[in-house]
Amino acid sequence: MTTILPFTISPGNFVAPAASWLNTNFHPLFAAITSVADAILNAVLAVLTALPPLWMIAVVAVLAWLVANWRVSLLAIFSLGFCWAMGLWNAAMQTVDLVIVAVVIAVAIAFPMGIWASRDKRVERTLRPVLDVMQTVPPWVYLIPAVIIFSLGRVPALIATVVYGAPPMLRLTTLALNQVPKPFLELGDALGSARSTTLWKIELPLAKPTLLVGLNQCILLSLAMVVLAGLVGAGGLGSEVTRGLSRMEMGVGLRAGLSIVAIALLLDRLSRAALDRPRRPAG
Amino acid sequence: MTNTLPDGNSPLIDCRSVWKVFGQRSEAAIKAITERGLGKSEVLKEFSCVVGVADVSLTLNKGEIFCIMGLSGSGKSTLIRLFNRLIEPSLGQIFVCGKDVAKLNAQDLRATRARDIGMVFQNVALLPNRTVLENAAFGLEVQKVEKERRLETAKKALTTVGLADWVNRFPNELSGGMQQRVGLARAIASDPDIILMDEPFSALDPLIRRQLQDEFRELSKTLGKSAIFITHDLDEAIRIGDRIAIMKDGAIIQVGTAEDIILNPADGYVADFVAGISRLHLVKAHSVMHPVAAFTAARPDLDVSRFSRTSPEADVDELIHIFLDGGQDGVAVLDDGAVVGVVTPRSLLQGVKGKEPGEATAF
Repeated sequence: MTTILPFTISPGNFVAPAASWLNTNFHPLFAAITSVADAILNAVLAVLTALPPLWMIAVVAVLAWLVANWRVSLLAIFSLGFCWAMGLWNAAMQTVDLVIVAVVIAVAIAFPMGIWASRDKRVERTLRPVLDVMQTVPPWVYLIPAVIIFSLGRVPALIATVVYGAPPMLRLTTLALNQVPKPFLELGDALGSARSTTLWKIELPLAKPTLLVGLNQCILLSLAMVVLAGLVGAGGLGSEVTRGLSRMEMGVGLRAGLSIVAIALLLDRLSRAALDRPRRPAG
Repeated sequence: MTNTLPDGNSPLIDCRSVWKVFGQRSEAAIKAITERGLGKSEVLKEFSCVVGVADVSLTLNKGEIFCIMGLSGSGKSTLIRLFNRLIEPSLGQIFVCGKDVAKLNAQDLRATRARDIGMVFQNVALLPNRTVLENAAFGLEVQKVEKERRLETAKKALTTVGLADWVNRFPNELSGGMQQRVGLARAIASDPDIILMDEPFSALDPLIRRQLQDEFRELSKTLGKSAIFITHDLDEAIRIGDRIAIMKDGAIIQVGTAEDIILNPADGYVADFVAGISRLHLVKAHSVMHPVAAFTAARPDLDVSRFSRTSPEADVDELIHIFLDGGQDGVAVLDDGAVVGVVTPRSLLQGVKGKEPGEATAF
């Protein structure tokens, strides 16, 4: 490569030593994080695989009917049934496991920070470039420091997924709250409502549609990242795709790929329908 | 009920020389106003601060509907928000139910807003995810009133505004007028003494608007509420208000009853406003009559005792009818059985047209 400068600037020259330094000096901390994350992932996976596939499909179908509607219930039967029929049940559950845990963590971080950013313009201004970088850096680049620090497996995949899934949730939380019309905030004040009451009873319900878009994006981007994390041994459907790619086996790749589509559809529709239920009047 | 007034006659809202200045250098501007007595335009020029409310003093008495009328940009919306401190005043004092609003801490301020002052907004601000009933109960919900009780109170409030059959609907199923009634129900559900009405009927069509104006007036009188009512429509102010304040450029230029303002506009601006207003039911006999002594002196040829008679409170419309029926040279105005004045056709016409400032009553 020719450059105009007599030298090349490589951020990696600083980042890689920094990661190694962290690794040598904070190893116990990372080890602790790893074991906690592993335990959580195992626990959720145990729930997901507690029942035989057919039973599990039935349970999900019934739950989908209860929290959403019969269409989502039908979709659940087809998509999970497809994964099972492809012989990828366990892989699919590992993927869902990672997505669930990653989304919960991402939301737990992004939601309050998004509210904070909507309250304080300085926070928003500070966060914006950080989020820009987080969202535009190609996602597999996150995997490198994650692997350096947490080595191969599910935990670096989880960390990278959280990093990748949190920004849209954060951004859309801020946007959703900023979009709440001023008169409603004034209403809260005029009624003598405390700030937290105004947040929970006025702002969040009015912001819900945009918040749901944020959550939906968070879920789907997390799924994309979890699949990509098959490259670092995260297991699940991503590993099947990686296997298909490395061995040039069309069949393996296609089966795993279609299963991912099925899971994505299910997660998308289920999350949307469950959170956006039309409510019945009370009283 | 919740407030402790020093005595029954003190005003519910007492607003003393209140200023609101917007802008980055508002503090310096306020200093200049107090020390050098700068006016609105000088403040804008020198500090590039906008004066929203300039030296306003007014009182709201118990049971009274006080209309503040002004065009957009006159500062009326800013002024009404000073009463419940949605906007902080820059200078001056505001007492609500005897309490200095500026000195309330956050908790007391919330309590005052929740219990003493209800507010109805131009855009209603009903929560779309809640039913009409839940919206009406929202003020009580914020006050943490227990669910059954608040729904019951809200139901009563909705019945009062004539929406008993709509409790389980959602706001988007209601017409604009009905939505505004829900807004009113929400305000009265907390049983406040004062209701602040921020141009509540401006967006409604004329027929519904008049209906709601009449209903609101009747309702606040029967419930014994006091109200500050903001409007840009003088007709509305006259229909609703016991007293009217005319506001321009942040300052109140005239306060009085509808008749005061119509008959004696303080300046050309107010005169322009009242020019188009029908006087038929506003101008009363006592303001267009000649004192009886002056009349007999000027027209010794006429016998006042043979004139038709009426009361000082008879309006122009009634006077016209008396003239059309009788066709005399005058109508005698009786108060407590004695003739106090005489209305002549010319003085009546003058009353209908509106007197120029300083013009004498014509014989």
